[in-house]
Amino acid sequence: MDLSSSKSIVIIGGGQAAAQACASLRLFGFEGDITLIGEEAALPYQRPPLSKAYMKGELAEERLYFKPEAWYQDQNIDTVLSVRATKIDRSAQTVELEHGGTVSYDALIIATGSRPRALPVEGADLDGVFDLRDLADVERIRPRMIAGQKLVIVGAGYIGLEAAAVARQMGLEVTVLEMEERVLARVTSPVMSEFFEAEHTRQGASIRTGARLASLGGADGKVTTAVLADGSELAADMVLVGIGILPNVELAEEAGITCANGIVTDRDARTDDPRVFAAGDCAARPLVHYGRNGRLESVHNAIEQGKLAAAAIMGKPRPPEDCPWFWSDQYDLKLQIAGLSQDYDETVVRGDIEARKFAVFYLQNGKLIAVDAINSPPEFLASKKLIMTGARLAPETLSDTSQSMKEIAAAAV
Amino acid sequence: MAKIIYVDHEGTERAIEATNGESVMETAIKNSIPGIDADCGGACACATCHVYVDDAFMEKVGKPEDMEQSMLDFAENVQENSRLSCQISVSDELDGLRVTTPESQH
Repeated sequence: MDLSSSKSIVIIGGGQAAAQACASLRLFGFEGDITLIGEEAALPYQRPPLSKAYMKGELAEERLYFKPEAWYQDQNIDTVLSVRATKIDRSAQTVELEHGGTVSYDALIIATGSRPRALPVEGADLDGVFDLRDLADVERIRPRMIAGQKLVIVGAGYIGLEAAAVARQMGLEVTVLEMEERVLARVTSPVMSEFFEAEHTRQGASIRTGARLASLGGADGKVTTAVLADGSELAADMVLVGIGILPNVELAEEAGITCANGIVTDRDARTDDPRVFAAGDCAARPLVHYGRNGRLESVHNAIEQGKLAAAAIMGKPRPPEDCPWFWSDQYDLKLQIAGLSQDYDETVVRGDIEARKFAVFYLQNGKLIAVDAINSPPEFLASKKLIMTGARLAPETLSDTSQSMKEIAAAAV
Repeated sequence: MAKIIYVDHEGTERAIEATNGESVMETAIKNSIPGIDADCGGACACATCHVYVDDAFMEKVGKPEDMEQSMLDFAENVQENSRLSCQISVSDELDGLRVTTPESQH
């Protein structure tokens, strides 16, 4: 469906995918109305620093925003903030807002993102228990980031471990609870898990794997203890919950748009309604380098799908679909990830784990499918390209540090 | 305050009043300067904010640190004066800085 003569485009959501869609629509020459409906009070901002530099107080708030307020005015983009969209009416082509009123669309981009999985234990609603997802969360957390305070983090995923690193650097006493037998169990290999666990331990955080939280206890409505399934108790001044996120698919689902762990889109970010697109954390998209569909929770994905949706609406050629990539900063470690490692059958370590400068490559039937690179940009950047070309690499080549990644990439087939 | 002049690959110049302490990348993004993607937002994680620094400012801007240098090694069309603009912090000293953006960051 050609939507390039649309008069009104509505974007539900105010995160990175939404901001990118706004910018790309104008870049691709869209001159009609753009309405951005955001649940949060803030204009679109970068989320990654929330558990890193911003949490630590090293980045001023205004530096989080993608664009200043004046840009939205200049670009004639109507930002409707602190307002929830309550219904998509596809036959009327309208979006209903929570305080009444509707906005009409010729094309709609759903960029509703995701929300933290709720902690399913008693005491989760006590004061001092926080999610770490949006700016408002961090505003509540930051005043309590005081040296000597006891912080319990539930979940040893990237968010939990990044928060642990910040808290340790600020002098808090940190305990991380993880149900699985190792940290980052869902997302990386045992060798990386072991490395991060050792690093956090060395930095003075207590990492407790195989530890199931039973409940949170409190006094005067404020959290004071974390009780584990084995009956042991930990004192807690604050609890941060980082046990994963759930895609916000309800609006799409209620409107009859196909969802399957995310709003299902084609390569152009288009849903099964030709006027409706989905972008970012909420979307399940074709992962072209992996021959399957999936949902990606990443900056790369939000940017790319924002661009894909805008290009499809404006009838422009499809922008490149990059190899998925991610990063995490913990202490002075920069982890850069290219590709999706889930289905690997072999790992290869390159570099020196002790020296905290190494990479773990993931192979499937001899084909490179992903890399986790610690303080090793060449391994990350070379792999990103090699994954996209479906390169086959011998383990002994990948681990051979006498050859540079440039040389290895040049010789790859 | 410092004025930063962005020159695109076709030679079009855009002069921007930049805020001290923000990066040359951030200033570009906030002012919708074409040719800089900066996907990672300044974390030195993506190498998509590559610029060429005008020779006259090479000394003041300084050399890239190891991490940045190894990122730059994999950027397209790298030259002696290549830098990642997220790693250049605006200061009075850089008033008048000219940076040229490449045709593509990918």
